[in-house]
Amino acid sequence: MNWVKLGALETIPRLGARVVAGPNGDIAVFRTAADGVFALADRCPHKGGPLSQGIVHGERVTCPLHNWVIDLASGSATGPDTGCTGAYRVRVDQGQVWLDLDPVVSAPVHAAAADPEEAAEAGTQAPTPAQREAV
Amino acid sequence: MLTRTGQKPRLVLVGNGMAGMRTVEELLKLKPDMYEITVFGAEPHGNYNRILLSPVLAGEKTVDEILLNDDGWYAERGIRLHKGRRVAHIHRGRREVVAEDGTREPYDRLLLATGSTPFVIPVPGHDLPGVVSFRDLQDVDAMLAASRSHRRAVVIGGGLLGLEAANGLLRQGMEVTVVHLMDTLMERQIDPPAAALLQRSLEAKGLQFRLAAQTEAILGDGRVTGVRFRDGTEVPADLVVMAVGIRPNVELAKASGIHCERGVVVNDTLQTYDPVVYAVGECVQHRGQCYGLVAPLWEQAKVCANHLAEYGIARYEGSVTATRLKVTGIDLFSAGDFLGDEHSEDLVFQDAARGVYKKLVLRDGVVRGAVLYGDTIDGSWYFQLLREGTPVNDLRDGLLFGQAHLGDSGHGDDKTRVAALPDAAEICGCNGVCKGAIVQAITEKKLFTLDDVRAHTKASSSCGSCTGLVESLLATTLGGDYSQTPAKKPVCACTEHSHDEVRAAITEQGLKTMAAVFEALDWKTPDGCHVCRPALNYYLLAAWPGEYRDDAQSRFINERAHGNIQKDGTYSVVPRIWGGVTTPTELRAIAAVAEKYRVPTVKFTGGQRIDLLGVKKKDLPAMWRDLGAAGFVSGHAYGKALRTVKTCVGSEWCRFGTQDSTGLGIQMEKLTWGSWTPHKFKMGVSGCPRNCAEATIKDLGVVCVDSGYEIHVGGNGGVKVRVTDFLCKVATEAEVLEMTGAFMQLYREEARYLERTAPWIERVGLTHVQQAIVEDADNRARLHRRFLESQGPAQVDPWAERAAGHAAQEFQPLTPIAERHEEVPA
Repeated sequence: MNWVKLGALETIPRLGARVVAGPNGDIAVFRTAADGVFALADRCPHKGGPLSQGIVHGERVTCPLHNWVIDLASGSATGPDTGCTGAYRVRVDQGQVWLDLDPVVSAPVHAAAADPEEAAEAGTQAPTPAQREAV
Repeated sequence: MLTRTGQKPRLVLVGNGMAGMRTVEELLKLKPDMYEITVFGAEPHGNYNRILLSPVLAGEKTVDEILLNDDGWYAERGIRLHKGRRVAHIHRGRREVVAEDGTREPYDRLLLATGSTPFVIPVPGHDLPGVVSFRDLQDVDAMLAASRSHRRAVVIGGGLLGLEAANGLLRQGMEVTVVHLMDTLMERQIDPPAAALLQRSLEAKGLQFRLAAQTEAILGDGRVTGVRFRDGTEVPADLVVMAVGIRPNVELAKASGIHCERGVVVNDTLQTYDPVVYAVGECVQHRGQCYGLVAPLWEQAKVCANHLAEYGIARYEGSVTATRLKVTGIDLFSAGDFLGDEHSEDLVFQDAARGVYKKLVLRDGVVRGAVLYGDTIDGSWYFQLLREGTPVNDLRDGLLFGQAHLGDSGHGDDKTRVAALPDAAEICGCNGVCKGAIVQAITEKKLFTLDDVRAHTKASSSCGSCTGLVESLLATTLGGDYSQTPAKKPVCACTEHSHDEVRAAITEQGLKTMAAVFEALDWKTPDGCHVCRPALNYYLLAAWPGEYRDDAQSRFINERAHGNIQKDGTYSVVPRIWGGVTTPTELRAIAAVAEKYRVPTVKFTGGQRIDLLGVKKKDLPAMWRDLGAAGFVSGHAYGKALRTVKTCVGSEWCRFGTQDSTGLGIQMEKLTWGSWTPHKFKMGVSGCPRNCAEATIKDLGVVCVDSGYEIHVGGNGGVKVRVTDFLCKVATEAEVLEMTGAFMQLYREEARYLERTAPWIERVGLTHVQQAIVEDADNRARLHRRFLESQGPAQVDPWAERAAGHAAQEFQPLTPIAERHEEVPA
């Protein structure tokens, strides 16, 4: 457990997301229309697209790069696509959003992973500077 | 509600075939837990794809390959399946069905999908061993067994089913004679010239024919030995297949007092005379029609599921059907009224040497019917024109030559028939999907529709230019009666309503918020999805300019962040450079910004603008502030909006230039920038017919000539290259500007979201556009005025607003407060 306070719920737009720089890459924190809050590694399991930039609907987000639809609770791609990104615990306490930086589900290493060390460890191609610095 | 207290209502399905199970599948998609479901199937196996019986008979597919759902599938979904139990009676009073073996199942709602039974001509000898029909797996087994031990087969019936059976038996090595009552084959689907071509190629494959022959008796003693005709002649036979037609299976419904005519009579909600009893499929008669093809069943299943799920908003209004013959090596397609009458006209193309025949029947400028033989690649296109009632007068010149002029990524030409392509041929260039992968997915994953193929293979899911090819693959793989998705296409899975219906509702019912649209049109999801929300946001914006408040969360990231998202999550920035004309000062300012923000790539776009690529999202507002200080506004290179006006140097510099094309281009850009459109919108102005600005592949292009300005519309340099249509010629710049505003407004008000001008014009016809803005000066003025009114609130530079702090959250990461807590918050 490694809880950090992110701030007021209102700082995340409804049906939108904000990004937090986590120790292993960006974490996208989503807020649904019904004020449900979820957090996922900000990389689509498909081609590493920034999920935080996608359109949120129900408890899902559509990746802005190639329209994969990811389930916010589990981080899994919805059928028939398969794959999963890292998921994190989130709590809302007295209007404040808390995030557990220890992932519930670890993100599988992807070639376009935002973290260069993680990618290097897995023996995959190191990302370009632009990928590393992607917001 | 009809449920017992505290328990789920019980749904009983009679008929484990394609229509019934499709309805259950559609229902499970909508309300997976609503019913306790029980299925009765008279056949001893799970449900299978009846369309593929012909390929099984022909030895091209195995039985396993055509099974749709195995026992595990039913079990996983908690559906009780009674296989091999024929339902004998329905006690409507007690709401209970009883099977022949005594099994009883009570129901709250009943769904009848009893299909049809083959029609057997009651001639003497029709019940001899060796006489079979062609309807189910058992029949196929019987035919395959006969083909192993016997030589001669007679198929009675020269229709679709008969020819497929004959072809299958021929492929199994039998000598086959087709007997047909009429003097041409498939008279219900094709006209005599196509029938003659068909007969010739079937004869070349080895089939024999006895046309205009009336069967008098089937001969034999113990087993069939031959067939005798009315004229006294006989043909020997060891196997006789009756394929003269099917009849809706109404016995069960009739016996339980449900109103039946030819089929079980249902209304537009697929309810029978007894409102808790629904019926779908071949057993059904709807508005006087019975259907024996698969596409109508799909439509019925969808509507029926909608009502079973108690959404109550869908209606089935009948289907237009198309037919293909599933005989390998023979391409045949027919749809609609292919014979025509004295009020219709025929367009005919005939090339006997190549074995190609095409006939289109037109009435009142729309396609009413089509017969294609030998070259059916355009079948799905003609069928679409037919169902949508598209005016084709403007397309008439090239209509018979097919959709190839719209470009099919190079596949549409004569030499490459999709059926003849090798498995490794790439069909979808965007996603790198080859033919083999698509065909494999269709057969293995039991796909039926374009949407299924898109979901499972990604083919046709990006730019869509290969859609026609994928549909052809579906048709050739599924064969027979595949016909594409229904004419009325819902916006997305969240609704039953089409784009046009949604738009009409927004203006007619005065819906001014997205929530109001969801409410008024019974959206199935609480907040839509990534497909419908951007469309609704646009429709609301276009309908209520100035009044509707734009919803950032319903915009694709490009429009929300006012830059183009790139593959690595960075953005590109394109400042507006009016008409493509810039100055040393402006260039210096762009260079300074590029250096300050370490832009890795600076590139000229195809539309004469400068693209700064690889910008981090959090740097965007500051960069825009700097660009704004140098006088730049957003180039909207990211939006479904006016993009650029490309120009040449015109009369100011060019020795051939006839008018000031640069100046006119700048005026056009100043008039139209900032406007949101259904899709991106590009313009071009060329100073002479040499057309250096490539104005004739733009959404709107102006070609200056000595005597004035030619206006062209509907061009596209994108996915499907399309040259513009000539709209009109005007004399002054002022007229060009008015025509531009009016045309854009017509497009804004009429096109569906994400429909570019080229497909829109092909759908509504150039004539319609000319009538609206060239011939009707008053209407043109009104459209132009509405355009100007929308431009009032629209011409605001989004970069300046954000540089000044608007929507700042969008661009800043959320920094966690570096505060660790030992306790976990409650």
